[in-house]
Amino acid sequence: MTDLPAPATASRTGQPFARLRAALTAPPEPAKRVQFDRPLLPWLFLLPQLLVICVFFYWPSVQAITSSFYLEDPFGFGATFVGFDNYTDALRASEYRHIAAFTAFFTAVVTVAALGLGLLLAVKADTVIRARGPYRTALISVYAIAPPVAGLIGMMLFDQHIGPFVKLAAMLGWEMKVGIDYWDTAFAMILVSVWKQVPYNFIFFLSGLQAVPASVREAALIDCRNGWRRFRTVTLPLLAPTAFFLLIINITYALFDTFAVIDVMVKDKPANNPMTLVYKVYNDGFRGNDIGGSSAQSVILMLVVLVLTLAQFRWLERRVHYG
Amino acid sequence: MKKTLSTLGVLAMTATAAFAEPAQITWWHGMGGANEEVINQIAQKFNAAQAACALTPVSKGTYEEALASGIAAFRSGEQPNILQVFDAGAATIMNAPGAIIPAEDLLVQNGHGFDREAFIPGIRFFYADAEGKFIGMPFNSSAPIMYINDEAFAKAGVAVPKTWAEFEAAAPKLKEAGYIPLTASQLTWMFFENYFSRNNVQMASNNNGYDGFADTTLNATAPELLAFWTRVKAWHDAGLFGFYGAGWSDNQKPFEEGKVALWIGSSGSFGGLSKTATMPFSATFLPYDETVADGNKSSFIGGASLFAFAGKPDAENKCTADFFSFLTSTDIQAFYHQATGYVAITTAAYEKSKADGWYEKHPQAEIGILQLSMPQGEWSKGYRLGFYPQIRVIEEREFNKIFSGETTVEDAFKAIKAEGDELLAKFAKTAG
Repeated sequence: MTDLPAPATASRTGQPFARLRAALTAPPEPAKRVQFDRPLLPWLFLLPQLLVICVFFYWPSVQAITSSFYLEDPFGFGATFVGFDNYTDALRASEYRHIAAFTAFFTAVVTVAALGLGLLLAVKADTVIRARGPYRTALISVYAIAPPVAGLIGMMLFDQHIGPFVKLAAMLGWEMKVGIDYWDTAFAMILVSVWKQVPYNFIFFLSGLQAVPASVREAALIDCRNGWRRFRTVTLPLLAPTAFFLLIINITYALFDTFAVIDVMVKDKPANNPMTLVYKVYNDGFRGNDIGGSSAQSVILMLVVLVLTLAQFRWLERRVHYG
Repeated sequence: MKKTLSTLGVLAMTATAAFAEPAQITWWHGMGGANEEVINQIAQKFNAAQAACALTPVSKGTYEEALASGIAAFRSGEQPNILQVFDAGAATIMNAPGAIIPAEDLLVQNGHGFDREAFIPGIRFFYADAEGKFIGMPFNSSAPIMYINDEAFAKAGVAVPKTWAEFEAAAPKLKEAGYIPLTASQLTWMFFENYFSRNNVQMASNNNGYDGFADTTLNATAPELLAFWTRVKAWHDAGLFGFYGAGWSDNQKPFEEGKVALWIGSSGSFGGLSKTATMPFSATFLPYDETVADGNKSSFIGGASLFAFAGKPDAENKCTADFFSFLTSTDIQAFYHQATGYVAITTAAYEKSKADGWYEKHPQAEIGILQLSMPQGEWSKGYRLGFYPQIRVIEEREFNKIFSGETTVEDAFKAIKAEGDELLAKFAKTAG
C-alpha cells in the first residue's frame, strides 16, 4: 500500500472511496481522535447498524452458504448433506456456463454503453446555456422510472404484434423476433437496461464536470485549442474518481438491478431467452424449488462479485487520482 | 332512499352482532383477467351463502408463481388455507404428505359426504393417490382444444381438420386465403404432454411416473414425437404455423385479431375469448396423429386443483371443507363451467348445463368435456413427474430454439430427455 497517494490529502477532497480508504489506512492521529470515556458507548451507537447488517446481510449469507451444501425437498421437511455436489452440478452444466458467459457479455456492454452515453450527454449538456434546466430535467427524468415499468415499456416497444421498434426494424430489413430469437431479445434487453441507467450516470458526470474549476478550464483553453485533446488530458483525469465510482455502481446494476427488466421482458417464460446469473438463481430457487442448487449459484455469484470488487480496488483505483 | 339505506345498515349490524365473528380463510390462486373475476364471484357467493366462514381469494400471478409462493409461505409457517396447484406441479405438492390434508379426508372428517363416482371419469386419476383417494380437490379442469376462425374456413372453402394429415392438406389453402393457418399457446402442454395422451404414447417410464419416483425417465425421444415435431418445424418453415414465443397470450392475440385460422388453446380460454375475439369462432378437438396406430384417445386432464394446507386450526379447516363441498355443488360447478369454459368436474353439473341448453347456444363449451370423455388409452390417464414445472422450462427453451433455428428437432429432444432425466433423478433423491 506504500505506492498509494497520501491518505491525508484524499480525505480532504470528500470523495467517497478515498475517504473510506483513508479511514482504513490512516495512521491513528491521537490529537484529533475523540475518546469515549466508557468502552461500551461506541458499541451502543454502532448497535442499530450492526443489527441491520447482521439480520439483512450476514444471516441470509450464512443461510445461503449452509443450504448450498444440502439437497432439500421443496417444503423443507428434510435435507441431505451432499457436500460440493450442488457446486459441481452448477459449474458442470453447459447451460450454466452459457448463462455465465452471457452475463459477462451483458454486464460489459451495459456498463460501457451506459457510462459512455452518460458521459457524452453530460459533456454536451454542460455546454448548453439556453434552456439548460428543462434540457437536463428531460435527461434525468428517465431515472425516476422503476425497473419493472422500464421493462414493461420495453416489452411494448418490442412486442411482436404492436411494437413500433419491431416495425422500424422491419423497414430496415431486420425481421426482429424478441422472445424467440436469442440475440434479438438480448438486443432489446441491453437497450432497455442502458436506457434506464444513462440518466444516473449523467447526473454524476454532470456534477463531476461542474466541479472542474473554471481556472483549470481556462488555463487548458490557453494551452490547447483542440477540444477533444483538452477533454482527454484535462477533463477526463479530473472526472476519474467519479468514473471509477460509477463503474462499480454500473457493474452492480448490470449484474443485479437489471433483474426486473429481464423478468418483465421474458414474461416469466425464460425459454431460450438470454438471462443473467441472478435471474437463474431466482428461477431455479423460487420457481424451481431447488433451494440447494440455487444457493450454490448465489454463493458463486457472491464470490465473483467479491473478487471483481477487490480487483477493481487493487488494480484500477491506483490509476485514479483524487483531486 | 336514505331511509332504506339506514334500515339496511341496522339490519347488517344486527346480523353481525347475532353471529360470531366468521373464521377467515384464504385461497391463493394463479388466475388473472376474466378467470380471476369469476373466482371472486365464487368467493362472494360462498360468503353470501353462509355466515360462519369468510373466504378471501388472492391472485398470486401465474400458476407457477402461485405454487412457488405457496411453498415459500409454508416454509415460513404463513401458508394460506387453500392453494391452487396446476397439473404440472401436482407431483411436487402431492409428494409432501405433511404439508397438505388430502381433500377427501378433510371433507369426510368435517361431516361432508364424498362420492368419487360423482366426478367425471377423466378426472379421478390425476389428483388421486394409488388407492384412488382424492388428495387434491379438482377445481378448474381443462383440455387443450382447437379454436376455429369460422370466417377463414368459409373463405378458404376447406373442412376443419381432425388429424394432422388433414391439417397439412387444408393449410396451404388457408394461407392462400390470407391467414396464418395455425398457432398454438403453451406447446409444452399442447404438443408435448398431450401428444402422448392424445396419441397414446408412453410419456415416462414407471407407468408415466405413477409407480414411483426412483429411476423414472422421460420418454422425450419417442420416435413418434420426433416425427411429429419434424412436421411442425416444416409447417413453421413453410409459413403454415405461426410461433410467437413461449408466452401464452402472444400466440392467442393474432387469433383474436382474426389473422389466424386455427388456434390451440385451453377449453378454459373460452370465457375470455368470447369477449376478445373479433370474429365468430367455433371449436373442435385437438387433432391427432394419424401415423400412430392406436391414437385418437382422450387428453390428459389439465388445469388445476385445490390443496388444503396442513397446520391450520380446526375451525378454519372446517371452513375449507365447507368451501370444497360448496364448490362441487351442481349449481356452482355449472356456473363456473359456463362462465369460464373450464370443464364441469361432476357429471351432475354437466347434465345441468345440457338441460340448461347451454351447449346449444355455445357448442364450443362442450368440446373440452367431450375430448376428456373419449376412450382412455393406456397412456392418457395422467403422469406423475416430480420437478415437472422445471422440465417444462427446459422444453420451452428447446422449443424456442427449434423455431429460431438454433437447434434441430432431434438435438432439442435429446437435451430435454437428458436434462429432464437429471431433474427426475434429483427429485427422486429429495423424495427418498
